[in-house]
Amino acid sequence: MTKKIVITGIGASTPIGGTARESWEALLAGESGARSLEHDWVQELQLPVTFAAEAKVRPDSVLDRPVAKRLDPSSQLALVAAKEAFADAGSPEIDPERLGVDFSTGIGGLWTLLDAWDTLRERGPRRVLPMTVPMLMPNAPSAAISMHFEARAYARTVAAACASSTEALVNAYEHLQAGLADVVLAGGSESAIHPLTLAAFSSMQALSRRNDDPATASRPYDVSRDGFVMGEGAAVLVVETEEHALARGAKIYAELAGGGVTADSYHITAPEPEGLGASRAVHMALEAAGATPDEVTHINAHATSTPVGDVAEVRALERVFGERVREIPVSATKAAHGHLLGGTGALEAIFTALAVQERQAPPTINVTEQDPDAPLRISNAPMPLGDEPQLAVSNSFGFGGHNAVIAIRSV
Amino acid sequence: MAYTKDEVLAGLADLVNDETGIATENVQLEKSFTDDLDIDSISMMTIVVNAEEKFDVKIPDDEVKNLKTVQDAVDYITNAQAA
Repeated sequence: MTKKIVITGIGASTPIGGTARESWEALLAGESGARSLEHDWVQELQLPVTFAAEAKVRPDSVLDRPVAKRLDPSSQLALVAAKEAFADAGSPEIDPERLGVDFSTGIGGLWTLLDAWDTLRERGPRRVLPMTVPMLMPNAPSAAISMHFEARAYARTVAAACASSTEALVNAYEHLQAGLADVVLAGGSESAIHPLTLAAFSSMQALSRRNDDPATASRPYDVSRDGFVMGEGAAVLVVETEEHALARGAKIYAELAGGGVTADSYHITAPEPEGLGASRAVHMALEAAGATPDEVTHINAHATSTPVGDVAEVRALERVFGERVREIPVSATKAAHGHLLGGTGALEAIFTALAVQERQAPPTINVTEQDPDAPLRISNAPMPLGDEPQLAVSNSFGFGGHNAVIAIRSV
Repeated sequence: MAYTKDEVLAGLADLVNDETGIATENVQLEKSFTDDLDIDSISMMTIVVNAEEKFDVKIPDDEVKNLKTVQDAVDYITNAQAA
């Protein structure tokens, strides 16, 4: 029997806010988190891209120092977001063996790895600290959360590039359905704004080069979009069975109604142009939700602001929704917060849950001339969603041909 | 130039504080790193690596297990820099 799964807590540390609520308010207000980078290495290395959307609040400024010292920034962000989400959920008292963690990262502890490599080359092996490996491993954020909250049901990590944290939410949904836990801390994290990734993503022509105007660089669906803007941050949702949530009198944001994961098996970086795999993931999520495409009232698009990716997603949406896709309010929130890679899906899930709860689709900023090849209903201001029940989908796609979609329903 | 025992103790206390958050005044000579200060092996190795750099000494891995108390470490470092 299918259980009803609900979202009872949210937490985030993002380029536009130190908390989930602050990020949401900034998103609704049309703020951008992209800024020129002021690190010495930007000029020293003559990077072709000199801006990004770094986390607004450094996580080591809000964690106790001995805790922060043992965590890569990606794990620090994860722990900050998880603490907020758990508190927001009312810090549920739960048997540790019924509390799980489904987490994700796109890249892992990159800063720790590369700092240690610098240390090794410049100062020798004796100076490489013993915490190096436990800090850089991709399961480190999941482990940090598990240890902090005594989550002993399991602590699993998924890596699916930019689809990672949506896939983590699908996993949480499935694990709750399977009875592996009653409550799950689910989400993703990324802290990879490093000269190496800026150089590498630039090398593949994936990043916007609007160095003179960072705040408008991420412009999904605009005719002049020229690539994504790297973002940093983490987002965590507390998801649990409705039975468990009701028994403890928890407030409920929305229902995590279903999820779908597919693979393109087409190209390592390019999306399959017909949107076959992506549309199949949408169908799977809706099927799990017991819904049809006709019921969908809001879409949080993956829409990273790349020339090819944005329209490939539109083709997939047309495949699912037909002509009606032009009527459904769509939000491409990476315009504001940039692309948090392994953290982005969970952040957008939070925004989608708040959208269906508050009946307003967040704005898509920076679009001055909408691409006629992406005829979606977007707005630079919040769009009302109406009083009727809401059903939204949030899409995430990643290098490797990963497609992950979740369905979120109002309660 | 060599550090005095008091200087080594003070410097070591700073390293312990930086790694673990333990207040420097609690890093006293008779304290055991594991039993009194609750410092685990990874933190101990981090403190050792940082102490080597700070005091310009070498502390072989085999020697670390003999550094049971703060006194042991202060003595070892003081003697090692004299060598």
